[in-house]
Amino acid sequence: MSEQIEKWLETNTFHHGEFWDILKLVRLKEEQGIKISLCIPTLNEEKTIGKETVIFRSELMERYPLIDEFAVIDSGSKDKTLEVAASFGADTYSAKDILPEVGNRPGKGENLWKAIYQLKGDIIVYVDADIKNIHPRFVYGIVAPLLIKPTIQYCKAFYDRPITYSSGIRASGGGRVTEILIRPLFSLFFPELASLIQPLSGEFAVRRKVLEKIPFPIGYGVETAHILDVYQEWGLEAFGQCDLDQRIHRNQSTNALGKMSFGILQTFLNRLKRYGMVDKLPELSTLYRQFQAEGNRYDLLNKEIIEYERPPMTTIPAYCEKFGIQP
Amino acid sequence: MSKSLETILKDLPRHRDTLQPVREILLANAMMIGEIPAPTGSEEERITFLGNRFTEEGLQDISIDEAGNCMAVIPGSVGENNILICAHADTVFNDKVDHAMSVSHNSITGPGIGDNSLGLAAVVTLPQILKILNIQPTDNLILLGATRSLGRGDLGGIRFFLENCKKPIRSGVCVEGIRLGRLSYSSIGMLRGEIHLQVPSEYDWTRFGATNAVAILSSVVQNIMRIPLPAEPKTKIIFGSISAGTSFATQPTSARLRFEIRSEEVGMVSQLKRQIEDIVEETANATSVGLDFSVVAERKTGGLPYGHPMVKCIRKILSELQVDPYVEPSVGELSELIARDIPSVTIGLTRATNKNEFNETIEIQPAFDGLAQLVALLTAIDGGLCDE
Repeated sequence: MSEQIEKWLETNTFHHGEFWDILKLVRLKEEQGIKISLCIPTLNEEKTIGKETVIFRSELMERYPLIDEFAVIDSGSKDKTLEVAASFGADTYSAKDILPEVGNRPGKGENLWKAIYQLKGDIIVYVDADIKNIHPRFVYGIVAPLLIKPTIQYCKAFYDRPITYSSGIRASGGGRVTEILIRPLFSLFFPELASLIQPLSGEFAVRRKVLEKIPFPIGYGVETAHILDVYQEWGLEAFGQCDLDQRIHRNQSTNALGKMSFGILQTFLNRLKRYGMVDKLPELSTLYRQFQAEGNRYDLLNKEIIEYERPPMTTIPAYCEKFGIQP
Repeated sequence: MSKSLETILKDLPRHRDTLQPVREILLANAMMIGEIPAPTGSEEERITFLGNRFTEEGLQDISIDEAGNCMAVIPGSVGENNILICAHADTVFNDKVDHAMSVSHNSITGPGIGDNSLGLAAVVTLPQILKILNIQPTDNLILLGATRSLGRGDLGGIRFFLENCKKPIRSGVCVEGIRLGRLSYSSIGMLRGEIHLQVPSEYDWTRFGATNAVAILSSVVQNIMRIPLPAEPKTKIIFGSISAGTSFATQPTSARLRFEIRSEEVGMVSQLKRQIEDIVEETANATSVGLDFSVVAERKTGGLPYGHPMVKCIRKILSELQVDPYVEPSVGELSELIARDIPSVTIGLTRATNKNEFNETIEIQPAFDGLAQLVALLTAIDGGLCDE
């Protein structure tokens, strides 16, 4: 399996620097006769949405027409998120007004799901609204792999590459929830998926034919569910990932991450049930998978972690003898 | 594109409105430039961005010179003359400062967004601006992002460019983001100086009259303040910064004063410089400490007369836009152009607050008056309306 993962890392992991020639991407898109839609799900993001709108519209619609449609889908912001986005030319929607007959549920996943109905693109690109250091690479970096490689259906962004220090690997750029929840779970149950460096990143580009076939948890579990469902149906080959360098955003409190982990764990266990894995658990892997980056190459590091268990002390004859316990 | 001034003035409102579609491109350029730190002397990354933009626009003669300036040419239909449009690329903020910009529906906030990311953005966006307005200049337009402008940079970028530029320059326009209505057509006499005081390590602190570096430098400041300054022509000495010492009770052994002399009177800066040199020498002799006076930057007084056609022209443009001119002499790129007898002005693009603070903020909409003003001025220069 390691060989397969190494190969996937080599062929399906990219760096945005490979795609600096946006004009080339525009030509590829036109040759393929496809449309690309950009969706930014929002909830009270007036501080950052203006900049994202200006930069994406300027660079990826006016200067280079890579994006054909740019929409902000809002969950009911109380601030001026929609006003600011509209003032710079984004199409703005309230999630509750899209497909009203199915009702409205609060959560980012709801916006992502309704975007499939509202937007027309053959590829939909999702970008979070809270990025402070926004740059066109946040879009073209994750769209490009889908344009250059037809087998890739779903491309994830990742940031802050894990770098090896003298003392070992830096707690990697996957983020806290990834490193303490997702990576261990994937390493145990879906080892191939541990090769995604940042599975929870909010920036990803997906083909419509995939999006329309997968269910969407509306809360914290949406990214996890996507990855598991796409993997079940299309396999590891369907994924791509692109290094977008640094991403500066709001840092969430540990308390908030706890809630997020709870939601993700619910989704994960539901998926185990759905795949019939609960009472037929696979042989649990003892390999924990991490990565190190060297230049633009990503190496898989397998660390064997065996949780050996000692029996209760009362089963040890010497202990029983010392404390006068009858075995 | 020879037009009468009346036609140019009449076109102003139309140009302002027609330019609205370049808003996102202008603002994106301003923010992307602004988010690249560019303290004086470290402008490489920002200059590379400019070069890439010039390449994307298909301009000619794109080059980065030895001083780090980036230039490109929009070729004119005849191309006999050259008009320089420049903006300084450096900022007062070091690279540790968070350069993230934030946008509301009518403003942008972030360090250096007005001084001078917007000015640079206007220069970089000029090819698109001319395209959308369907303007083809007769003269070549040389676009320049100038490095090492501020502080100790001492206009090193523009000076190098002008010393080495093979193309004769007919006129120059320096573009600053802040503020709409700014009009500089003269260069103020200026001297930027530094006085450094070093107490020898063997200094006998028990000697009569011996104090410490802070006290000695304070007495230098007081003596400078006693120099009589004329109210007219305007002359002033600005004490910009003073630094010394490390704690409450440790005798500081060195101190540094940075100051700037400005005067509109020819020869006044040199006269004040001599007086300050005397004060420094006298203090050094009286206290037996090492006092060193160094000149960091100097500018000569000069400029266009009030009645110069270029000045008249820009005043009429501002009047047509109902913007009050804010006339101030410049110590920036303009002074190097003026020193070489190149008729030039500095103009500003929009209204702003908190200049050179972390929360520097520019207003978006007035920038379209600023751009219309720039286009009108270039059209007038190109049409020969600003020649004497």
